[in-house]
Amino acid sequence: MSAVIESHNHDDHHHGPAKGLTRWLYTTNHKDIGTLYLWFSFAMFLIGGAMAMVIRAELFQPGMQIVEPEFYNQMLTLHGLIMVFGAVMPAFVGLANWLVPMMVGAPDMALPRMNNLSFWILPFAFFVLLSSLFMEGGAPNFGWTFYAPLSTTYAPPSVTFFIFSVHIMGASSIMGSINVIVTIMNMRAPGMTLMKMPLFVWSWLITAYLLIAVMPVLAGAVTMMLMDIHFGTSFFNAAGGGDPVLFQHIFWFFGHPEVYIMILPAFGIASHIIETFSRKQLFGYASMVWAMASIAILSFVVWAHHMFTVGLPLAAELFFMWATMLIAVPTGVKVFNWVTTMFKGSITYETPMLFAIAFVVLFTIGGFSGLMLAITPADFQYHDTYFVVAHFHYVLVPGSIFSIMAAVYYWIPKWTGNMYDERLGKLHFWLSFIGVNVTFFPQHWIGLAGMPRRIPDYALQFADWNMISSVGAFLFGASQILFLFIVVKTVMGGKKATPEVWEGSRGLEWTVESPAPYHTFTTPPKVN
Amino acid sequence: MSYQKYYVPEQSKFPIYAATALFLLVMGAAGTINDLGKPDSISVYILYSGFAVFAATLYFWFRTVIREHIAGLDSVQLQKSFVFGMGWFIFSEVMFFAAFFGALFYVRNFSVPWLGGDGEKGLANMLWEGFEASWPVMSTPDAGSAYVLADKNMSWPGWGNALKWLPLWNTIVLLSSSVTVHFAHLALKNDNKKSFNTWLGVTVTLALIFVGLQAAEYYEAYAHYGLTLNSGIYGSTFFMLTGFHGFHVMMGGFMLAVMLARSVLYNHFDPHSHFGFEAASWYWHFVDVVWVMLFLFVYIL
Repeated sequence: MSAVIESHNHDDHHHGPAKGLTRWLYTTNHKDIGTLYLWFSFAMFLIGGAMAMVIRAELFQPGMQIVEPEFYNQMLTLHGLIMVFGAVMPAFVGLANWLVPMMVGAPDMALPRMNNLSFWILPFAFFVLLSSLFMEGGAPNFGWTFYAPLSTTYAPPSVTFFIFSVHIMGASSIMGSINVIVTIMNMRAPGMTLMKMPLFVWSWLITAYLLIAVMPVLAGAVTMMLMDIHFGTSFFNAAGGGDPVLFQHIFWFFGHPEVYIMILPAFGIASHIIETFSRKQLFGYASMVWAMASIAILSFVVWAHHMFTVGLPLAAELFFMWATMLIAVPTGVKVFNWVTTMFKGSITYETPMLFAIAFVVLFTIGGFSGLMLAITPADFQYHDTYFVVAHFHYVLVPGSIFSIMAAVYYWIPKWTGNMYDERLGKLHFWLSFIGVNVTFFPQHWIGLAGMPRRIPDYALQFADWNMISSVGAFLFGASQILFLFIVVKTVMGGKKATPEVWEGSRGLEWTVESPAPYHTFTTPPKVN
Repeated sequence: MSYQKYYVPEQSKFPIYAATALFLLVMGAAGTINDLGKPDSISVYILYSGFAVFAATLYFWFRTVIREHIAGLDSVQLQKSFVFGMGWFIFSEVMFFAAFFGALFYVRNFSVPWLGGDGEKGLANMLWEGFEASWPVMSTPDAGSAYVLADKNMSWPGWGNALKWLPLWNTIVLLSSSVTVHFAHLALKNDNKKSFNTWLGVTVTLALIFVGLQAAEYYEAYAHYGLTLNSGIYGSTFFMLTGFHGFHVMMGGFMLAVMLARSVLYNHFDPHSHFGFEAASWYWHFVDVVWVMLFLFVYIL
């Protein structure tokens, strides 16, 4: 049998990628697919960002200035959907594709052709979603949470296209996650036991589990919407015996694990970067793993904290309040571990480290505002205000997005073989850091003062902080053009990177050349 | 132990064809549904073309994987990847069903009783005074023209009528098919291909009988019970759960039929290596377990 294998395989390795466009269309290479995911995600980040700019431009001053309220709602909805499903999630999947096989010493992802399918579904899915902008009645306008009956009885006809695009996005996520899990479970190099795995791998193992558990639930939710809209059922309609609140329960049963899907890989990334630039071993590896696992398990029993004001029984309000607060414990473990890792380290502040430290600090601020929101009686005041907007943007932008940027700066020398321009990287960091805080910090105040979210116009007393917030948003948006420039410049050339790239880097991916060869670890390395 | 190289396939056209097919499918499906009642809609042809491309792609994709297996390209480790992959895929299906079962439990335990005036949120009853909660609920809170109320439901009819009750026969058929597919597996392990083909053939026949009985049940519901998708939440949950399950029975039955064809026509599968069949049979057992849940929570309780 092995003779057959040899004869089929002897010319399969040590050769580079195919030429031309078909390299990307037909590829089965985890590095190619990772690159595709990352560029796709960046394109979506710019499109979703442009929509955010429309939103902030409209909110620059009170009164209706630039767009119609209907169009504002479409921008708001698509901004959320594109950033969640098109930018953050694919970016993390792209990082997983590039890094997980190299980190565990595998030759590729476990199921390479399915891996390509997972990616190529996405451009089609988002083409369908974006094409709804040009349909009769406009794009979906009910917010990224698409609560019934806004998304059923009162939805534009394009909602049907939205539903099916969510279906195939879900299929893409599930296939991608199965690939990640199988790679981690089955393809680790000999000697790499579970508790020796790099934390990014651990974070993705847990994330992939969450994705497989909840993406089908989202598919179920949109399927019931489809049936309610077109086939006369009454799942989300009280007149027929159903309940619109049922939609919220199902949606948030998906939605809350989903927000951890968007942060757990960031935890993994931050752990690697802080460890490297502190030139110390990470403090509390095992507790990091247990903390991520605890967060993942708890994420299944906290969903109704998004729904405190819909009229839940008192027992439910109390249960979901306490369960939510419990999450602060494992999250606190992680934050303290990062701080302790830095403690007495020989820290240098290269761009990835700056982003990682900003991640720890600003994500923690987002976590604290989350704790405030978890307090049920207080949430009655905060619910659906800009305080909520500030909260989740703090965990998503300087949380997830900063970690993705940190990861790009950290691993791009490994991907391209070139060092990025450190001065420009730092400039990008400071512009983003200032931009993000100027944008979102004032939103805490206008939220506490009572400004509702999801509106194109607002009362005069909120004018000043909204204008400042908009200025910050324009700065943040513009500085991402600089990011694009830095990435392109690094791909084109730059100072050559060594295999280990960073002084304190640990892990298998730093043992191969920079740029990483097209095929790595075709024979698994030995891990001690 | 010498290391057998993990087979990483060369470039492949299948994924991009499959993705294109999915694109055609969703554009066609959404367009068709939005254009229901419009005779000149072309969306349905997009839908058909999507089906055609998807079916063809899957056919050639699986054929390639089978040929790679026969050529000995798949190491033990790769076969394990398929095993893990199928397991996690079935888990994702479990969660898909969980959404619909969750909806059923919620309406039965919360929303319908609340609408009927029960418990902490019973205030909802003032919206539609006079609505009485029960399960299976045969009325809707709002008696408007949007709903066509059913005369009868599908629940347990009592011992006297048990033998005329289709779901009982469906249960017997599906549970037996799980046993027969297991006999087929045992026969394969004992290298008795003839017995394998027979038992697998019996299983596929039982799958067809199940689908036929369910079609008869749906016909009964629509023609004689007045139970439709428009009958309010009971009809909604009944048809969603049984319909989604029935769709899975068809998929699982199709998978088993493909395995039967592979065995009969090409003499595939040997006693030690037959994961294609095992995956299909796992799927079949899963579909069976879901039916037991349905039988309990949709029909009996």
